[in-house]
Amino acid sequence: MRINCPFCGTRGNEEFTVLGAADPVRPDADAPVPDWVAYAHARENPRGPHRDLWQHQHGCRAWLVVERDTLTHAVIAVRPARDA
Amino acid sequence: MDYSIFGLLKNALTGNRLWAPVWRDPAPKQRYDTLIVGGGGHGLATAYYLAKEHGITDVAVLEKGYIGSGNVGRNTTIIRSNYLLPANTHFYEKSLQLWEGLEQDLNYNAMVSQRGVLNLFHSDAQRDAYARRGNAMRLAGVDADLLDAVTVRAMVPGIEMQDARFPVKGGLLQQRGGTVRHDAVAWGYARAADRRGADILQNTEVTGIRVEAGRVLGVETTRGFIGARRIGLAAAGHSSRVAAMAGLRLPIESHVLQAFVSEAVKPLLDTVVTFGAGHFYVSQSDKGGLVFGGDIDGYNSYAQRGSLPVVEEVMECAVTLFPAFSRLRYLRQWGGVMDMSMDGSPIIDRTPVEGLFLNCGWCYGGFKATPASGWCFAHTIATGQPHPLNAAFRLDRFATGAVLDEKGAGARPNLH
Amino acid sequence: MSAQRWRLGEGGLIDRSRVLPFRFDERLLHGHPGDTLASALLANGVRLVGRSFKYHRPRGILSAGPEEPNALVELRGGARREPNTRATQVELFEGLEARSQNRWPSLGFDLGAVNGVLAPMIGAGFYYKTFMWPAAFWEKLYEPLIRRAAGLGRAPQAADPDRYERAHAHCDVLVIGAGPAGLMAALAAGRAGARVLLVEEDAALGGRLLSEAEEVDGRPGAEWAGAVEAELADMPRLRILRRTSAFALLDGGVVAAVERVADHLPEPPAHLPRQRSWKIVARRIVLAAGAIERPVVFGGNDRPGVMLAGAVRSYLNRHAVLPGRRAVVFTVGDDGWRSVADLLRGGAQIDAVVDARAEVPPEQAQLAARHGLRLVAGGRVTGTQGGRHLTAVRFADAAGREEGVGADLLAVSGGWNPSLHLACHLGNRPRWDAAIHAFVPGELPPGLVVAGAAAGRFSTHAALADGAATGLAAAQACGFDAAAPEIPRAEDAPRDAVPLFHVPGGRGKAFVDLQHDVTDADIALAHREGFRAAEHAKRYTTLGMATDQGKTAGVNGLAILARLAGQAISEVGTTTHRPPWTPVAIGAVAGPHRGRHFRPARHTPLHDWAAANGASFVEAGLWYRAQWYARPGEAGWRDSVDREVLAVRNAVGVCDVSTLGKIEVAGPGAAALLDLVYANTISTLAVGRLRYGLMLREDGFVMDDGTVARLAEDRFFVTTTTANAGAVLQHLEYCHQVLRPALDVSLLSVTDAWAQLSVAGPRARDLLAAVLDPGPDLSNAALPHMAWIAVRLGGVPCRLYRLSFSGELAYELGVPADYAEAAMRRIMERGASFGVTPYGTEALGVLRIEKGHPAGGELNGQTTARDLGLGRLVSTRKDCIGRRLAERPALTDPARPVLVGLKPADGRTPIRAGSHLLEPGVAAVTANGLGHVTSACFSPTLGMPIALALLSDGTARLGQRIRVFDPLRGGDLEAEICPPVFVDPQGERSRG
Repeated sequence: MRINCPFCGTRGNEEFTVLGAADPVRPDADAPVPDWVAYAHARENPRGPHRDLWQHQHGCRAWLVVERDTLTHAVIAVRPARDA
Repeated sequence: MDYSIFGLLKNALTGNRLWAPVWRDPAPKQRYDTLIVGGGGHGLATAYYLAKEHGITDVAVLEKGYIGSGNVGRNTTIIRSNYLLPANTHFYEKSLQLWEGLEQDLNYNAMVSQRGVLNLFHSDAQRDAYARRGNAMRLAGVDADLLDAVTVRAMVPGIEMQDARFPVKGGLLQQRGGTVRHDAVAWGYARAADRRGADILQNTEVTGIRVEAGRVLGVETTRGFIGARRIGLAAAGHSSRVAAMAGLRLPIESHVLQAFVSEAVKPLLDTVVTFGAGHFYVSQSDKGGLVFGGDIDGYNSYAQRGSLPVVEEVMECAVTLFPAFSRLRYLRQWGGVMDMSMDGSPIIDRTPVEGLFLNCGWCYGGFKATPASGWCFAHTIATGQPHPLNAAFRLDRFATGAVLDEKGAGARPNLH
Repeated sequence: MSAQRWRLGEGGLIDRSRVLPFRFDERLLHGHPGDTLASALLANGVRLVGRSFKYHRPRGILSAGPEEPNALVELRGGARREPNTRATQVELFEGLEARSQNRWPSLGFDLGAVNGVLAPMIGAGFYYKTFMWPAAFWEKLYEPLIRRAAGLGRAPQAADPDRYERAHAHCDVLVIGAGPAGLMAALAAGRAGARVLLVEEDAALGGRLLSEAEEVDGRPGAEWAGAVEAELADMPRLRILRRTSAFALLDGGVVAAVERVADHLPEPPAHLPRQRSWKIVARRIVLAAGAIERPVVFGGNDRPGVMLAGAVRSYLNRHAVLPGRRAVVFTVGDDGWRSVADLLRGGAQIDAVVDARAEVPPEQAQLAARHGLRLVAGGRVTGTQGGRHLTAVRFADAAGREEGVGADLLAVSGGWNPSLHLACHLGNRPRWDAAIHAFVPGELPPGLVVAGAAAGRFSTHAALADGAATGLAAAQACGFDAAAPEIPRAEDAPRDAVPLFHVPGGRGKAFVDLQHDVTDADIALAHREGFRAAEHAKRYTTLGMATDQGKTAGVNGLAILARLAGQAISEVGTTTHRPPWTPVAIGAVAGPHRGRHFRPARHTPLHDWAAANGASFVEAGLWYRAQWYARPGEAGWRDSVDREVLAVRNAVGVCDVSTLGKIEVAGPGAAALLDLVYANTISTLAVGRLRYGLMLREDGFVMDDGTVARLAEDRFFVTTTTANAGAVLQHLEYCHQVLRPALDVSLLSVTDAWAQLSVAGPRARDLLAAVLDPGPDLSNAALPHMAWIAVRLGGVPCRLYRLSFSGELAYELGVPADYAEAAMRRIMERGASFGVTPYGTEALGVLRIEKGHPAGGELNGQTTARDLGLGRLVSTRKDCIGRRLAERPALTDPARPVLVGLKPADGRTPIRAGSHLLEPGVAAVTANGLGHVTSACFSPTLGMPIALALLSDGTARLGQRIRVFDPLRGGDLEAEICPPVFVDPQGERSRG
């Protein structure tokens, strides 16, 4: 798989590490615990387009939101996480 | 007909023309008492134990393709019960015990081979962690032995102990662990379940789950609606998608795990060996191929294929541990879709939907779990209550915090 | 020199001026450069080359390429032995040694052949139905017998002596295959100016042109290929990789390939690897991998002497070898007639041409008539005869009348299967083409096109035209352009054929998968037993699972299944093509990262100093750390460690702790970020002070710990454990960029910038006063516990952090890495009078266990802050990672095991980490387990073994006895439960 880092260009996935789903939003500190449980554990896990978080660990170290098809491994879009 | 040497002889003398289909190919009924979604090892085992242990035979197993087309047919065939946490140790030990009697029980030779599973360690800290696990196994009545380097060397010819970046210091051995011919597990359970009355419906894809007033009514399939009182989901890597049909969002991510087989060579490795300084495990099949694998690729995937970095890492580990493997060739690689749970342990439980039961989260431990998973899932479906062996495999454990995190990796499926 | 009696007098792409001696099964033979092992064996009249997998039937050479199922040999010897090597792809070299496989006692007389008699008993899947009684016999009797019988060649037993490399290549256009299509594609793309990589599995370029007696542009095909090669070689942006198999197409247009750099040589020269694995990133890929000829399944189709018709032409035309003197040709269409012509030209007698077509085209009928050949139109081969070699062929004519003729060669042409494997590696399915009776590429992966025979376009002209068009289009897609190259003149004959895959009802076993001994009867049995899905039949019979991966077997197997099911082949489906295209040496993919170079080694700036001062080293992640410093007269490691510990407790010690992760966190938002990351509050830390920091994971369990120093209002220096240094930096970056992108913070790993020396012991202050440049006030008032100051050592700016891991008066001295050794020398020189002693990780571990500090055994990812006695650190007044999920009931359960200390009741029996804890006198079963020992050591300070443990209700049990049970290592003792801090529980020494 090759990922187009917005800062470094397209690189092989061996330069990146992946964290997991990008979409869950961290709740407010005082949100009820079940919200936190869902945030940390419940996953959409789609078969198709999915947004996940990768870090260009062996490059610029930017965290990226990679929109990727989990069925075809096609990389659809890559954005810096800080702008996402 | 029962399989036996006499049956083979008799059929040989009649030109092998009298063999019957191993399982029937019935038309779906409009309604069953119980439906199992997923004709893999777990689903087929569940159907078998529903009949055998609970007398429930009005059962259909729904498989979207051909039975055994998922992870039961694409794994590295290892069985073991060398777990740390009591819930896991006891469950997998039940599984190992069922493996030990499986062939006579099913009248099908799945080539259960208890040739030993050896986890190598490379440091004092790793030795102590393995000792903790081995001692936990002993407390659970499971066999475990801590081997020193000399014993490991004698047991595994060809292993490089010293001239290595991480020398081998010893290993944790479970002699009763081993390997099983994977496809035969699906076929053996299918035949046994079929003989007890379950309908195996291949090419029957579930496209919807009908729920009314909080309870299941049946499933929509590519062959029409099939009604049922109870539905058990055993869809492995596709669990999230199937459960979503009933409105459930699971603590599961689907990941790809790759495996490899080498060209067949004469026997050279008689034990399942796992490397402690990298992600690698290997055994030799009865056919002679070295079967080996490594870590999951780490990203969500339903593609049944992985990427090159993991392939390279696995091969690096292989030649580091066994320098003579270097000139052997690998022949085939494949990927399975793993239902990775948030703590690395499985889920066998009821769901908030009445009559809907869930069996998932096997990570890459699903194959060895097959018999106990079917056995416990059958119990849970039949009685409506988890068996003590799967009581900890609850869906709500992430809400309570009673997680079963063998590795201490946290809620990161790709680290388990 | 033995005569090469089957070598033709002239022709062929071999160098007759040189003679290469080689050995097969110890027999001395000779060949020429340009030979493969297979062609050289045939030239010497060697027909019996191997024994089959299951029935041990005699097997010869079927093909001339990578599809070979039969002619597998053990190549070379000793540590370089390569089992299962296809003789058809081995380039002959001087002194080559090869052995036949899977036979005993000899290839000619193999006792295993008795299995043939048992065949009705041991058909497909027989083992699933027997060997079950008695249960215990499987591992002891049946399985060892099966395993010994299975497998083919023998693996080497010693480490591979050769080297392997990895290489990367980037190109605009990757062309896979250098036959007519591939050469034209490379030419077109190359002339357009694209960066082109041309990859060819063979040693020579030309593909089938090397094997066919046909002309391109009015000259022999091989000569034309040579001219193109010369033009390509002159293109500066084009590179040719020969002897290179592109074996996998991966996501993102990446192709994995392996180059056999030195396999054609007796041994790799010192400067070359044996093989090189390539990772090729291409913008466009032209797959021009050609096609593989298909055998026909009929009775006795495995006898040595039965050969693919195209392979017959390869041996005749490329290697100048006559594969048989009396031949029968069995063809389903036009293609086999080319072998008829070539065999006649080579001087073979052809006794019959069996053409499956009822109507044979006139020109072929005329060819037969001209040479007086027996033409059997609408015919079928129904059986063969012979012992170790073919002696006769039986066939039936259209009316079913059978007869036999003597023959030592049966050339079989069943049509061609495009080599579309790579086009399917990303999950795309091929499509059945009823016009050519073969699978052709279906929907293609992005960026890949298929050209020539691989796309099912079989004539040379079609291949040339296809190659030119796809090559140019690929270059254009990359922004290059040129005129389309002229298409050279070449044959464009039709490839008329009838679909014939199987001749049922013949005599003898009819093999579908030759290597795995899968017959038509096995497939019928699988079908009868319900294994009707293509994948089921394959797995049940093992069809297509041998080293050739079904290259000659797959389609015939599907055809037989389709006939049994009364379906079309397209309805039965296809089996999946998975990488690798051809088996690849494990060592090639591993490359150089093996043995001691398996992973990089990290050395601290003091590594050389430690080595010179008697240190033993231990792996700690990628680091090597000094474990202890042995001194003369010490009997073992314990002596050294005890001495080092006591030196710290009684005088002063110095330890290299440079491996701790070190991160600078700078910017106006630094304090806010650290407040989020650490469970305790950091923002209230004063400049110049330090604080212990505890990090949770978001799920509430402990992640890591370390110290935080505030360097300035907007600048912090944090340390992590050695093990988690990388993960913590990543986590901080995650928290910043993903969770708090608005914060203005910079993060920088300074682990390698600073050497960190722990200076610990009652004389630590005195030592530092003597070592540091004069000036700083080191008094307790000026530099209290958990504070830091800037200092100089030999003029070099350093930092002195006062903190203690050992519980003694202690400091960590941060020295710029380049000055670490100089600093250490000065410490040792000036500290001698204070008794300064270097200590290693073992003593460090003992000191921290004595002090009850959690480390690896306790920070195992399964513990909460409260478990470790650190619960009070978790602030409830701010948001921080892990705070809310740490509130879940199972994490706050009072029965959770907590950190305690243990002392053996007898004061001397060692306690081992990994032991479990039980109430004395209860059964040793899981239900009675109360916890486990996390860390253990001998404490020289207390003069007895001690341990840390996680124990249920531990606090309430203080003072009680507990059973420490370690059945794995025979340990069973009672211990007294005590608080986890064994030394100076009030912490007075570290504050003194």
